[in-house]
Amino acid sequence: MQISMTVNGSEFTSEIEPRVLLVHYIREVLGLTGTHWGCDTSNCGTCVVLMDGQPVKSCTVLAAMAAGHDIRTVEGLATGGTLDPVQQGFMEEHGLQCGFCTPGMMLTARALLDKNPHPDDAEIRQAISGQICRCTGYATIVRSVQWAAAHPAGTGWDGADTAVPDVAPETADTDAEVKA
Amino acid sequence: MTVIHDRPSNPAPGDEDRPIGYGRIQRKEDPRFVRGKGHYLDDIVLPGMLHGAILRAPVAHARLVSIDTTNALAHPKVVAVITGKDLLGLKLAWAPTLSADVQAVLVTDKVRFQGQEVAFVVAEDRYAARDALELIEVEYDILPPLVDARKALDPDAPVIRDEIEGRTDNRIFDWEIGDKAETDAVFASADVVVSQEVVYPRVHPAPMETCGAVADFDAVNGKLTLYETTQAPHAHRTLFAIVAGIPEHKIRIVSPDIGGGFGNKVGIYPGYILAVVGSIVSGRPVKWVEDRSENLMSTSFARDYIMQGEIAATKDGKILALRTHVLADHGAFNATAQPTKNPAGFFSIFTGSYDLQAAHCSVTGVYTNKAPGGVAYACSFRVTEAVYLVERMVDVLARKLNMDPAELRLKNFIRPEQFPYANKTGWVYDSGNYAAALRLSMELAGYEDLRREQAEKRERGELMGIGVAFFTEVVGAGPRKHFDIVGLGMADGAELRVHPTGKAVVRISVQSQGQGHETTFAQIVAEELGIPPEDIDVVHGDTDQTPFGLGTYGSRSTPVSGGAVALVARKVREKAKLIAGAMLETRPEDLEWEKGRWFVKGDPGAGKTIAEIAMGAHGTVALPEGVDGNLDAEVTYDPPNLTFPFGAYICVVDVDPGTGQVKVRRFIAVDDCGTRINPMIIEGQVHGGLTDGVGMALMEIIEFDEAGNCLAGSFMDYLIPTAMEVPDWETGFTVTPSPHHPIGAKGIGESATVGSPPAIVNAVVDALAPLGVTHMDMPCTPARVWAAMQGRARPPI
Repeated sequence: MQISMTVNGSEFTSEIEPRVLLVHYIREVLGLTGTHWGCDTSNCGTCVVLMDGQPVKSCTVLAAMAAGHDIRTVEGLATGGTLDPVQQGFMEEHGLQCGFCTPGMMLTARALLDKNPHPDDAEIRQAISGQICRCTGYATIVRSVQWAAAHPAGTGWDGADTAVPDVAPETADTDAEVKA
Repeated sequence: MTVIHDRPSNPAPGDEDRPIGYGRIQRKEDPRFVRGKGHYLDDIVLPGMLHGAILRAPVAHARLVSIDTTNALAHPKVVAVITGKDLLGLKLAWAPTLSADVQAVLVTDKVRFQGQEVAFVVAEDRYAARDALELIEVEYDILPPLVDARKALDPDAPVIRDEIEGRTDNRIFDWEIGDKAETDAVFASADVVVSQEVVYPRVHPAPMETCGAVADFDAVNGKLTLYETTQAPHAHRTLFAIVAGIPEHKIRIVSPDIGGGFGNKVGIYPGYILAVVGSIVSGRPVKWVEDRSENLMSTSFARDYIMQGEIAATKDGKILALRTHVLADHGAFNATAQPTKNPAGFFSIFTGSYDLQAAHCSVTGVYTNKAPGGVAYACSFRVTEAVYLVERMVDVLARKLNMDPAELRLKNFIRPEQFPYANKTGWVYDSGNYAAALRLSMELAGYEDLRREQAEKRERGELMGIGVAFFTEVVGAGPRKHFDIVGLGMADGAELRVHPTGKAVVRISVQSQGQGHETTFAQIVAEELGIPPEDIDVVHGDTDQTPFGLGTYGSRSTPVSGGAVALVARKVREKAKLIAGAMLETRPEDLEWEKGRWFVKGDPGAGKTIAEIAMGAHGTVALPEGVDGNLDAEVTYDPPNLTFPFGAYICVVDVDPGTGQVKVRRFIAVDDCGTRINPMIIEGQVHGGLTDGVGMALMEIIEFDEAGNCLAGSFMDYLIPTAMEVPDWETGFTVTPSPHHPIGAKGIGESATVGSPPAIVNAVVDALAPLGVTHMDMPCTPARVWAAMQGRARPPI
């Protein structure tokens, strides 16, 4: 069947089998491999993307069901080369280690902050409770989201001039540092 | 890279933190991960790549009668179906394990655990490969399974490994250490002896990314490139040379970004070998990625130790001796990943942090109809089990003597002046100041106030528990004369090149799975050479590009590879001194080092920076005799001993008297891993390990029913803590450097996983003490705690 959807602001049209999961469509058809797949029972949330601004587990959505919808993945979090405050927050507060849960966590955090710009720690924990992280023990993820809440985009923090000096060259403007 | 100058990591009284190499800097790994530009195994796509899927056994123990692959082969997208019979022809049906046993790659004679590999389909896409699994017809003749390790040695127990000639039972090994007669004598004359069966149930490391491989066999050049989720790429290369018969120089193992390992990704799984066979058979690259159920059911489990603990003491609380017998359930194949001479890993560290007169332990390993494994999940080679046993037993003794558990520990610690301390089972602990760490932990916790609060709550019938655990870890295997894995000595190489413009690349033999090696190894070089960390790239995970070494597990990266990196940087520094001498036209012995620069003694203005020296080394400077140009070096580091980090953990729990639900209210962790390279990364390692502890103590278990069905084959049943089940961790530290390590650093990664379960269980038992509970086994789920509250505590299956 033919489907069309908007992913990170661009329109994509593809011929797919009806049974193809959105996570596989994003990863394998569109080549956006930042979205991960960590379980087969819809528990882990490493596949979370935003569908019309709401976090969904893309392993539990058929690509066909996402047709006509607006999808945002981790690759679409930064805008115009500027990191989303959530991305910056995860780096500032060491909210990631292996990085496998990170894309899903950040998208959930983005959706939370869009709805509730000043969540308390309990609200953050509740928001990410559908997602498992094996490395961080969550406390630094909570701190990362709080960092992002304290540095909203468009309120003085523009992604280049952070509260902490000396932004890395590699955080400034390039997507080219994929490890061989 | 952001250098954060003024954010203390763990403000603590008596702060002696002297992190090295710029200390708490942000990670070099993060920019790619936060953009979704990491490069994990399943992100790899090669031209013409096929997809493999494994058909798995639905039963635990059964003769294989027949396999019919006709319908699967007729599927239009299927390229090949491989069975055990095919592998027999290739002599690949069985593969050696890391414990000198063999493991079936595909079943040829009988199934030995549920989820075992039976056939391998290679197809054009991953959906078709799964479709074809449904088209394979297998006939099984079901046999009685052996599930309960306690019955493994019964005369009528089914013999699981009947393919081994002459084998008539399920005993894998008997191993012991310590002086039995001496220990028995101490026990015979002791005032007080307590004993307790302590079970560490089967759990699973469950990394978020499962295991997988992409095999690419180039038939023209005879070269195999194998991308794998492996923690030990070099060891895998050697093992693949042995298993597959491909010459080792024709094998390149690439370990890309790994989505967590936690010991799950040390060994070689049948899927990796099948991907290679699939690529050889099809002439195309083959990807195999397991799903979560496969990961939980068939890859390396952890623990499964049934321990009979005994402790002898004087009536005023001086601990005299420890003894234990362990029944170890290893599953159907002994694939435990550990040094060759240590069939029970480093369980012999079970004497803990205490100065004993005698100790003895014996371990019996048995086969059962379960997946293989044992050593995984941040265990440091069975140190989790050892620490859990001794820390549970000390609490049992404290209860018996009616002593405060912290006081009892303080009374029995090995004292600072006793280090290096030779324990009764052959370890020489490098350094420690135990009382200082425990006192700091008690101070951070407000221990006295907590005990007062508990007393008040008990008056009201509320169940509050305070758990104390103190551990001594043993990490950094190890001296090659004592430690090897399948004959490969446990040393690690490092190679450092400083480019003409002063930027550096350091190549290491270990493999990060999130521990931040790309950052911290650059920090070590930065400390030694004065090159900023952002100017140093760390290369790991590609056997064609990195020096040989044994990989990352057992918290060995900092102790072994970290030592190698410090030494290789010092070697470069010494070479730079000779070149600087030539450039400054002075004798090298007249030069003095300040970070990043050699200068003439007494004339600080006359000097050359590392970058200037690097340019000279690559340029036209007349080099001194014996200096071969370029600013580079390589070393292999054979550590003189392991490192012995330690920690003092205090856990506060509240137990709901109506439901038995345990809530971890606070957790205070004081760790000492010697010199701290990056406090931010250490804190993250500790947080992750503490969460493992909450999982194991309260939620996680892999059980089997009588038919041998695995009851925790997915995240529906295998429960892992979310942000809701864990508290905001409270951490602190002391610094007691390792005297033998080049930068005084000890390993840390597994400490919290090792130390936290006994603190939590001790807290739960402490909470239940008013109800007469003296012990309960993990996991302390509401149902199991409720049973304990009713006087019906039972061991897990």
